[in-house]
Amino acid sequence: MANILLITFLISLIYIGVAKRLYTYITLLAFQGIVLFGVAFIELIEINTINLIFILFETIVFKTIAIPLFLNYTINKNNITREAEPFLPNFISVVIITIIILGSFLLSNTIHDQHLQKIFFIVAVSALFTGLFIIATRRKIITHVMGFLVIENGVFILSLAVGNEMPMLVNIGILLDIFVGVLLLGIFVNKIGDVLKEQDVEQLRKLRD
Amino acid sequence: MIGAYLLGAFVFSLLLFLNRNKLLNYLLVAGFLVLQWVFTVYEYNHLNTEELGYFIPDSLAVIFLIVLSIVAVPAFYHSYIYFKHNRDIPRERAIYHAAMVVLIAALSAAYLSSHIGITWIFVELTTLSATALIYHRRNLRTLEGTWKYIFVCSISITLVFIGILFLTLALQEEGLKNLSYQALMNKASVLNVFWLKLAFLFIFTGYTSKAGLVPMYTAGIDAKDKAPSPAGALIGSVLMNVGFFGIFRFYEIISHTSIFNWANKIMLISGALSVFVATVYMLRVKNIKRMLAYSGVEHMGLVVLGLACGGIGRYAAILHLVLHSFAKPTLFFQIGQVYRVYQSKNIYNIGNYFKYNITGALVLLFAYFIVTAMPPSGMFISEFLIFRAMFESGNTWLLVVILLLLTLIIWSFGKTIFKMLFTRPIGFNEENVEKIPVVESLSQFILLAMVIYLGLNPPSEFINLINTAISNLPL
Repeated sequence: MANILLITFLISLIYIGVAKRLYTYITLLAFQGIVLFGVAFIELIEINTINLIFILFETIVFKTIAIPLFLNYTINKNNITREAEPFLPNFISVVIITIIILGSFLLSNTIHDQHLQKIFFIVAVSALFTGLFIIATRRKIITHVMGFLVIENGVFILSLAVGNEMPMLVNIGILLDIFVGVLLLGIFVNKIGDVLKEQDVEQLRKLRD
Repeated sequence: MIGAYLLGAFVFSLLLFLNRNKLLNYLLVAGFLVLQWVFTVYEYNHLNTEELGYFIPDSLAVIFLIVLSIVAVPAFYHSYIYFKHNRDIPRERAIYHAAMVVLIAALSAAYLSSHIGITWIFVELTTLSATALIYHRRNLRTLEGTWKYIFVCSISITLVFIGILFLTLALQEEGLKNLSYQALMNKASVLNVFWLKLAFLFIFTGYTSKAGLVPMYTAGIDAKDKAPSPAGALIGSVLMNVGFFGIFRFYEIISHTSIFNWANKIMLISGALSVFVATVYMLRVKNIKRMLAYSGVEHMGLVVLGLACGGIGRYAAILHLVLHSFAKPTLFFQIGQVYRVYQSKNIYNIGNYFKYNITGALVLLFAYFIVTAMPPSGMFISEFLIFRAMFESGNTWLLVVILLLLTLIIWSFGKTIFKMLFTRPIGFNEENVEKIPVVESLSQFILLAMVIYLGLNPPSEFINLINTAISNLPL
């Protein structure tokens, strides 16, 4: 079951590659939150109640409800155009994301470790590099934040792979998520909206030598 | 003591944040400095005693704790001067000082932590507090600098976390759970090499954003440029040390495994590229603060080169880092005064500084000699030892390239500084030039004198501390 959910997560990564509208990105992020909750629930059998509530809070309340709502609010408030405006055509994006996933498969084949469930490693590394790829090829600040959220989801999956042994690390990961999420979105996107009219990265490229 | 210290720092920063009264603000700052110094002296007298299970003041931590406490005093003094001559809104002043206190406390705790996860948490805290400092002026350009800093640092800190997770995978395989540095060092030789390699790559890359090395050095440059100069002094010296700490602690673990040579190669590449990048930018940069930031990248590159070459280079690396932490703030403080005279950081608008502020011009001149490691600068000794280590470890060709690059850096840095001191500025109105009191430069002379003293005639206690700090590395 966990495998099916993780593969669904991988497919959602490819879908991000073709997505044209910002709302599609937001829906996908919310969807990934639900998938992550499913994986965590199945995977962390030995976990105690308090940790489970914490993880539930993180995946459902934070990732699935709060962040998408907030992104929606930011887009509406600042009148951001609805297109994602990638530098690359969507077709090439899909090809590159597929190559990333294939690459993580090949990398995982070089590991000889019977404790590790390789699928966690593959999905986490794919999400990490897909997130970096999205940051590198999209124009808007808000899509950069979304790319970062994809990376965070990958980190969450990786921390689940060690979660049964060391629940503390899962908690630290969640802490990172919430901390950076609040810092980037809460304080910053609002501030940028106040100072800049159009939230385009081009306006933040004046600092140079 | 560390528990009391962290609690005290939290209370001080909270009070600073809530308080709007000017006098009370500076009383609280003075109170925090006293706390910082009491804490430093206490830890120095309690070397290697574990506290709260996660903190051990070992020699390395204590050296840099002392450096931090020394630099913090002039940093707060120059902040006071900064607010006297700039826009002084109670709310902004409150946020600025609260952020400074949080930054210094987080740095102290990160130095002392003996657990890889705890270090990570406090390094993350430094990002938060540095953000508030960089955004202090609240205009479009500082917004850009802050945004870049926050974004790159967030990605880097995530990379470090991924590295820690890979390390955990390696531990899990052997049925281990303890993530403290000591336990990791003892068990390092049995861990899976593949995971260790991945962990090193991610942790090293992640911490380079704080340390100011290739590949993630970019964030720090804008931060040092856009933060007010007293805050820039901290970001450009003690905050870079914390990045080095993250790298060094993990390097100690790696040094007990079979991939030690591989890790050394990675660090050699990163260090050499840092010096190269710094040279390229210093040749063309026109903003004096950015030039200082790139000079920091160059020095961190040298430190990593010294560490990777081993032998006497390790001693030299730590010494160089200490001296750099005294020399660089001097220049940042002085640039704050330069800015008050010319209202510009562009070197075309700055000139004939001797005419307008003799003491400041002398600081600038001396600091130039100190930072470019010309005798009698203490950095001459540390750089010389780093070069010797490179020669002895057989990296002669790399050494030749680095020396050529350093020559270019000295030339372009000198060109800029002498232009600022002696050539006529463009379009500068001589009326209403602010007279800078001599006493404001005093702290800078003291810092420069310390660089010379610690380099030429280091006290034996200081040498012992450095030698103990690097004693965990195999010969």
